[in-house]
Amino acid sequence: MTTKIESRVTTNETVIEVAKVNKWFGDFHVLKDVSLSVKKGERIVICGPSGSGKSTLIRCINHLEEHQEGRITVNGTVLDENLKNITNVRREVGMVFQQFNLFPHMTILDNLCFAPVWARNMPRKEAEDTAVMYLERVGIAEQRDKYPGQLSGGQQQRVAIARSLCMNPSVMLFDEPTSALDPEMIKEVLDVMVELASSGMTMICVTHEMSFARLVADRVIFMDGGEIVEENTPDKFFDNPQIDRTQKFLSQILAH
Amino acid sequence: MTQITSEADTKTFEPLAARGAPTRQIGPLNWLRKNLFSGWLNSLTSLVLIGVLLWVLPVMINWLFLDAVFRGNGEVCRQSAGACWPFIYEKIPVLMVGVYPQELIWRPAVAGVALLALVYLTFSDRIRGFVLISAWLALPLFALVMIGGAFGMTEVNQSLWGGLMLSILLALVGVIVSIPLGVMLALGRFYGSPLVKALCIGFIELIRGVPLITILFMVSVMMPLFLPPEMIINNLMRIQIGMIFFSAAYMAEVIRGGLQAIPKGQTEASLALGVSPNRTILFVIVPQALRHVLPPLIGRCIALFKDTSLVIIVGLLDFLGMIKGAALDPDWLGFQTEAYFFAAFVYWLICYSLSRYGRALENRGPNGAKR
Repeated sequence: MTTKIESRVTTNETVIEVAKVNKWFGDFHVLKDVSLSVKKGERIVICGPSGSGKSTLIRCINHLEEHQEGRITVNGTVLDENLKNITNVRREVGMVFQQFNLFPHMTILDNLCFAPVWARNMPRKEAEDTAVMYLERVGIAEQRDKYPGQLSGGQQQRVAIARSLCMNPSVMLFDEPTSALDPEMIKEVLDVMVELASSGMTMICVTHEMSFARLVADRVIFMDGGEIVEENTPDKFFDNPQIDRTQKFLSQILAH
Repeated sequence: MTQITSEADTKTFEPLAARGAPTRQIGPLNWLRKNLFSGWLNSLTSLVLIGVLLWVLPVMINWLFLDAVFRGNGEVCRQSAGACWPFIYEKIPVLMVGVYPQELIWRPAVAGVALLALVYLTFSDRIRGFVLISAWLALPLFALVMIGGAFGMTEVNQSLWGGLMLSILLALVGVIVSIPLGVMLALGRFYGSPLVKALCIGFIELIRGVPLITILFMVSVMMPLFLPPEMIINNLMRIQIGMIFFSAAYMAEVIRGGLQAIPKGQTEASLALGVSPNRTILFVIVPQALRHVLPPLIGRCIALFKDTSLVIIVGLLDFLGMIKGAALDPDWLGFQTEAYFFAAFVYWLICYSLSRYGRALENRGPNGAKR
């Protein structure tokens, strides 16, 4: 993976609009006036030290966390108390977690069919066909009848990506998808993500895989202390960071 | 990327071929030394226990088989030092169904055969999932129809039901109803709104804070005083409801323990896929929670079966009640030991089978102990 994936942003259509969002955990101010706008087909990488609010930000986008102030709009739907709106947004927004979170009591195939059948009322047969298609796409169709516990971490994460794709989402959120993986398994997951990016999927990735960011991202966002510190194209972000906090962070993570 | 080494220096890594694990020599003498006599304390314990066995076993075998009477009447039995088995044979019908009308005894027998067939299918893992659950839900209804009589069959009043049949019926209906009820109480306590939570906690703590006997007295004696006279619920059903409540309160706490063990990520993953909270709980959380608490859940089922023996206090003649009655038969006076031995054996057989089935369930499935 060396050639830069060309930008797929063709329209001005905004998919996600985060406006002046504030959030507190108890008294801890975790998101401070965060604003972010994501266009259709755009790939965004968010990085920053732990506790900077980057995971919280993307978890607000599918309302796994509730923001207290500001406004989040996904595909024109405003996220508020309305459970129906929330569920509709979640069907449109796929999420991949650091700990995979596959359902251990279901086979791989059942993991993939679960949401299409129970959230979209898709007939089981059709859901299976879709599932097999995505399993082939992430390269583990032969594991369909196994249970998650029988797969390696990298395979589980690829299944988790396929499981999200089965809902045919318009946006994919990645919350540190490679942080729990052995070094040798990171690449197989990143390859799937790069392939997904080149297919034109709108993606927001919280990750510290800087090679991935350079290759795929249209924009890199650096967060610290609950706010967006710096935001730029990957080349400018990595080669010429404007703010001292960003410079310090990059020198720390690129040093090793 | 830095160049780690030049081509010329590279050696090829050849993995070692895997060897089989060394086989252990286990002769009988080695086994004895290793397992029973591995130190002076172990040797002493073993010797004492072997001594106790050598003392108890011959006495038991003599009483059970060698000196026992297998054919004859009370007179023959009283002349022998061993157990009196003809007494048990003669009492078998009464122990099984109590004072149920003799000419209709085939009906509970059919229900019993259906139960045994279903137990066989379940234990041997021939039916699963939806079929398994439906069959177990249908069985008590079938048994009630057969025993009580409906659809033109002669009705048999519930006051005539008794024996092992009654014990099993109480336990079976109790387990089948109290597990779903326990799940609902646990969910209410775990996820419910403050009001629902308070109601569930109140119910659970109220029932758990009272001995079963008190509950049985309440439903049997007190409840009719509070209900309007036109609302007549028969005694057996009231007692059944009491047992279900009692069992459900305990099941709920066991299941709540299982709910707490499910990582938050499971809920989040399901919600993030757009599955509704209710379906998430039903299909993602509850199945995993039940699997986690299988051992204590089976324990509660066993406890419920044994607790049915308390209904004798409120006037039902279950298996143990019939055993007591049989021991008082003037033709067979003095054979209480045999009666209670038989009772213990039947209770043990059923509970041990349940326990074995529970163990088999634990070993099955994706996270089974044997994988």
